[in-house]
Amino acid sequence: MSSPVSRGFRHLHRSSVGQEGRVPPGQYVTEGFPVLSAGPTPHTPLQEWTFSIRRGGDTLRSWTWEEFQALSAETVTADIHCVTRWSKLDTGWRGVSVDTLLDQVPHDAAYVLAFCDGGYTSNLPVKDVTGGQAWVAFGYDGQPLQAEHGGPARLLVPHLYFWKSAKWVRGLELRDRDEPGFWESYGYHIYGDPWREQRYAGD
Amino acid sequence: MVTLDGNAIGGLLHEVFGADMTDAEATCATCGATGPVAETVVYLRGPGTVVRCRNCSGVLMVISQIRGVNCVDVRGLTTLGPHQGTDAAG
Amino acid sequence: MARAAVRGRLTWQIARVSSVTRETDSVCTIGLEVPDWAGHQAGEHLDVRLTAEDGYTAERSYSIATADGEPVAITVERLEDGEVSPYLTGELRAGDQLELRGPIGRWFVWDTSDGGPLLLIAGGSGVVPLRAILRHRQRSGSEVPVRLLYSSRTLADVIYHHELDQYRGAAEVSYTLTRSQPPGWTGYSGRVDAAMLSEIAWPASQHPLAFVCGPTRFVETVAEKLVALGYPASRVKTERFGGT
Repeated sequence: MSSPVSRGFRHLHRSSVGQEGRVPPGQYVTEGFPVLSAGPTPHTPLQEWTFSIRRGGDTLRSWTWEEFQALSAETVTADIHCVTRWSKLDTGWRGVSVDTLLDQVPHDAAYVLAFCDGGYTSNLPVKDVTGGQAWVAFGYDGQPLQAEHGGPARLLVPHLYFWKSAKWVRGLELRDRDEPGFWESYGYHIYGDPWREQRYAGD
Repeated sequence: MVTLDGNAIGGLLHEVFGADMTDAEATCATCGATGPVAETVVYLRGPGTVVRCRNCSGVLMVISQIRGVNCVDVRGLTTLGPHQGTDAAG
Repeated sequence: MARAAVRGRLTWQIARVSSVTRETDSVCTIGLEVPDWAGHQAGEHLDVRLTAEDGYTAERSYSIATADGEPVAITVERLEDGEVSPYLTGELRAGDQLELRGPIGRWFVWDTSDGGPLLLIAGGSGVVPLRAILRHRQRSGSEVPVRLLYSSRTLADVIYHHELDQYRGAAEVSYTLTRSQPPGWTGYSGRVDAAMLSEIAWPASQHPLAFVCGPTRFVETVAEKLVALGYPASRVKTERFGGT
């Protein structure tokens, strides 16, 4: 049975007409910034916060918040695409490029697993978080990143569905194999390219 | 982020389990706490619906709607069944 | 009650809107004609689904505002950033169709066999299912003692004010206004706190049954305080409403 159209109901998003090329298939453009979460918002004090690169149980490199802030940071403008179908264009961030972080750690890993306060994880190929494609972002829209949006720092990988941009990120684990993170292990696509509409495993 | 409780997914759970589950008793596989599904902590509007234990925040259930099918993962539950013990009349 | 047992599959169906009645500036009650309605328990809710022309759908849940045997109705508060509530409270009119399913929610319900004394605590639109409980209690002739404590921002925000005032005698209704009070106000002021609750709540020794409904933070604060007053957690039923 197909649902009847609700007379006069217009949803908040606007269509992507006029923005072809910027909005992946099946997405709506939103003006807001929806807060989506899989769990409670962590509140790690900055003096306890660290970002680590790990491999096989060893910490290869770690930065405190102060050390992290001393790294060279970039301002990034990006379109972001959530698998729940909203896209937000021209979002502004400030963060440290993942290249800057991984450059300090000699490795031959092909994959990373981002790990976070609260237990969330997302998996990505190393080649998708390097080459200027990914950041650990601590600023949004000119302000410190709010806790509900992943602050103090989140991963930012705009070319993939936004569930990959793990909130409350605390590090990257280098891996030889691509192992599913949180949403990937509940049926979402292992890679998540919005332009090929890779929402679910098997797409 | 405003959380809701298991009442908010009564309809979804009815789709998944074929019955109203809000008064079903859930036992958390992480910490062993039991309680009605209605009292669980629910995170909605994400890629899937995440249901967490009110006691320890462990994941109890994740329900994703994938290509029109409800995919439910209940590995976070030890048991899910009719409610026992003290109820409204008790 | 045999009617509750006959309910079968929970399927989406098309209801007809019979009326849209404004309760306050931001709240409307929507009367519904639901084909094959098999009755409901006080405290249950409906899921409502809207479909836009491009196929986009949005679903929300709303508590049933009436008792079993009365015409089905929901009461909806318009949320500023809302997606569904502005449509339901601003655009929807009598004669429109509304897709819904229900009733849903066997936990947060009260029937006469559940006894009391009953303590109902409402924050904002959380009063909706509690009003259904009050109506059901009245319609069934129950004499279970009941107290309602209802927290609203201002007097103008009190939903069902006239109806609730008419319960005096049959039910003890107390209001607290958190943002502003009219001149000569004799009710409570400010947020529900431990002192207010210890005045209103039935003593735990009477084995009361509490229903708390409203925004998440309100519900959790109140429920915690009732437990601190000695209410067993199993005797404090909660339903959290959220934003969009």
